[in-house]
Amino acid sequence: MLGRLSMDALPFYSWVAMGGAGVTVAGGILVFCVITYLRAWKVLWFDWLTSVDHKRIGIMYVVLALVMLVRGFVDALMMRAQQAVSLNNDGYLPPEHFEQIFSSHGTIMIFFVAMPFLTGLINIVVPQQIGARDVAFPFLNSVSLWSTASGAALVLISLVIGKFSKAGWTGYPPYSGIEFSPGVGVDYWIWALAISGIGSTLTGINFIVTIIKNRCPGMTFMRMPLFTWTTLCVAILMTFAFPALTVVAAQLALDRILGFHFFTNGDGGNMMMYANLLWIWGHPEVYILILPAFGIFSEVVATFSRKRLFGYTSLVYATACIAILSFTVWLHHFFTMGSSSNVNAVFGIATMIIAVPTGVKVFDWVFTMYRGRIEFHPSMVFTIGFMVTFVIGGVTGVLLALPPADYLMHNSTFLVAHFHNMLIPGALFGYFAGMNYWFPKAFGFKLDAKWGIRSFWFWLIGFYLAFMPLYVLGFMGMSRRMEHYADPTWQPYLIIAGLGALFVLCGIACIAIQLYVSVKTWGSARDVTGDAWNGRTLEWATASPPAPYNFAVLPHVREIDAFFDMKIRGVAYLPAAEYEDIVMPKNTVLGPVMGAALFVFGFAMIWQIWWLAALCLVINLVAVGVRACDDNSDLVIPAAEVERLEAVRLSQISPSDLYDMSDFAPRGAASGEILAGRT
Amino acid sequence: MADTISILEEEEKKSLESREFGFWVYLMSDAVIFALLFATYVVLSNNSAAGPTAAQLFDLRHTAGETALLLISSLTFGYATISMSQGHSGRTVQWLLVTLVLGLGFLVMEMMEFRGMIEKGAGPETSGFLSAFFTLIGTHGLHVTMGAVGICVMIGQVLTKGLTLPVRSRLMRLGLFWHFLDIVWIGIFSVVYLPGVM
Repeated sequence: MLGRLSMDALPFYSWVAMGGAGVTVAGGILVFCVITYLRAWKVLWFDWLTSVDHKRIGIMYVVLALVMLVRGFVDALMMRAQQAVSLNNDGYLPPEHFEQIFSSHGTIMIFFVAMPFLTGLINIVVPQQIGARDVAFPFLNSVSLWSTASGAALVLISLVIGKFSKAGWTGYPPYSGIEFSPGVGVDYWIWALAISGIGSTLTGINFIVTIIKNRCPGMTFMRMPLFTWTTLCVAILMTFAFPALTVVAAQLALDRILGFHFFTNGDGGNMMMYANLLWIWGHPEVYILILPAFGIFSEVVATFSRKRLFGYTSLVYATACIAILSFTVWLHHFFTMGSSSNVNAVFGIATMIIAVPTGVKVFDWVFTMYRGRIEFHPSMVFTIGFMVTFVIGGVTGVLLALPPADYLMHNSTFLVAHFHNMLIPGALFGYFAGMNYWFPKAFGFKLDAKWGIRSFWFWLIGFYLAFMPLYVLGFMGMSRRMEHYADPTWQPYLIIAGLGALFVLCGIACIAIQLYVSVKTWGSARDVTGDAWNGRTLEWATASPPAPYNFAVLPHVREIDAFFDMKIRGVAYLPAAEYEDIVMPKNTVLGPVMGAALFVFGFAMIWQIWWLAALCLVINLVAVGVRACDDNSDLVIPAAEVERLEAVRLSQISPSDLYDMSDFAPRGAASGEILAGRT
Repeated sequence: MADTISILEEEEKKSLESREFGFWVYLMSDAVIFALLFATYVVLSNNSAAGPTAAQLFDLRHTAGETALLLISSLTFGYATISMSQGHSGRTVQWLLVTLVLGLGFLVMEMMEFRGMIEKGAGPETSGFLSAFFTLIGTHGLHVTMGAVGICVMIGQVLTKGLTLPVRSRLMRLGLFWHFLDIVWIGIFSVVYLPGVM
């Protein structure tokens, strides 16, 4: 009836595990109580959870990412604390617990922090950047969100019921096979990945179609904002790389549950195939994480340097090159695992070639700043911090791309330092920059800049303190994932790294304070124009927060910086002569229902409760069937209502709120009226 | 309001166009899944361990039967599409029923093949080769099953709603899916069965 599930699954075996479970359960209860206390259940359900509005879905993605960031960071803190003290002793974590922590840290940070963060920002911004009213498939968008959330819920619940995987975030067999990992841990890992991976594939399809089909008139490909370009490339990568994750997870599950022999030691299995399949997804995944951040940096650097982006075309081509090349380098993740030297050489060279378009991008950003009027807004500061730090990570990456050098450094903390050096500045700083940059767009008021700057310094200093020692330790011969060690010369470096983790903790606290302070004083930082930073791209043309339909009248684009051009011509804030009825999708309960069914399905597969898994599959199939027969999923916002909403919005804007564009007008051009306003 | 209706119609048309394009993208993504399963099969096809090999297991006549059923079902789906574009809902349903019967026949033959192999002690847990075989063929079979469910749903929709614009679009997409499975089967025949007996 309940498969493998019994009372033994509860974590009464260790204090640390019980503490983790207690915090998880208490957190859940606390959220429940707060919502009940605020009487917010109705609003939450009807306006948010069942919403198919891309802005709200985006916000929910980012909230999920921030919650999981805290969870993933606690893992990091625990590992740093363990390694700081465990010289010639066992520290405070037993080995099998330490293994769970490094496995869940990687899994959470990649799948449930970075992925939802970038997907959330894409959701909020991209439809507005291309002058669209919604994504191509709003319902599918909701399904994507809820499958990601149910994957995250599986990881969270593994703290309370059963244990998480000990096989690292990449789960290499044969160790992750049933023979060496008989418990439910690897199953938690498999199903969390598989379910959220399907959500990512659907997101990819959704945004390919959105960007290709839903652009407003005049928005040609070479006028799309750079963030939209990187999103298009990322969507293509998601669509074509994530199936590999689905396949490899399914095969490992078949090996474990039904005794297949894909990756087993004997009976004709081939475990090298696992490494290949996993990294055929895994390397494009690195660029799925980083390219959206590159897009954000491009937007931020142009806005806060008050200049047109330098080398737009080269940035577009560089992005496309990176996207294509990302499929050709996967083998560099396992140079040491037995390929011939010629194969290694090919993949090593391909890897080094990726540094070329990436270098082009860095130069473009630097030249955008050159002779610009730079404003040190938190998002700009994160961008500059990224540029400096990321180049260091790039250089160590080129070093690792040399197979002979890789033989020395693979599996050492040098590698750990390298990929954190890429992902923290390269991805996370980008998402933070995006959060600071687009927050007023999503909520109608700005985030507190002072705490933003503080969070930046803590993150930056914390990053250098935590990971520069790991580069050194790698050269000193320290392997990654060590629970304890016997070399006293390592300990000072590990203590410094632990100190770095504490700095990062302060950085996260600053972000929490920043959110708190900003919400508390939101009236003083309101943004009535919808254009908080004198922005250049179309998302700043909508209200903040945008109306459900984003654009009352679809804009006509003539320039790369479409909104900037509209402001220069003085047509940015004009009411339309005539409004039309607008068709928008209705909210639906099917998204959360399917997400819940997927969560229970995953849980049932993990504990081998077959009837429940089958039931959930049937529920999902029925939900898809119901949706496939529904011809009435849209509602109409009448023209009069649109006119009223727009009139309210325009009446709130006074000329003194607007930016003085006369500074930016092209010399000798008297084509249109230039907005005179605040200087 | 006529205006509202015309806007709704235009939106519907635009949205169906997006769906058709999106479905192509989905099929390409699904093709990646099959490509990787093919790759897995090629890597493992000689790893029969102590179990039987492909030459001992495959029966080309049986496979020829399966192939005929599936290819003809693709043809009959084509006829259903032609009837649809001519606006004959009755004939569309008839051709869909024929397609369904052929598809189910294919599935029954595949089940027979699987059962026969498992009875001979050649189940998927026997060797890497058989794991890859069952997964590839089984994934294709699962897709055909989904397609069959889709045909049932679409027969219901044509009967209750008639050949409205959304119904036509859905039938078009289901057709794409069905023909796609045909192409995958041709791959399976040429990569799995034919080299297996040669």
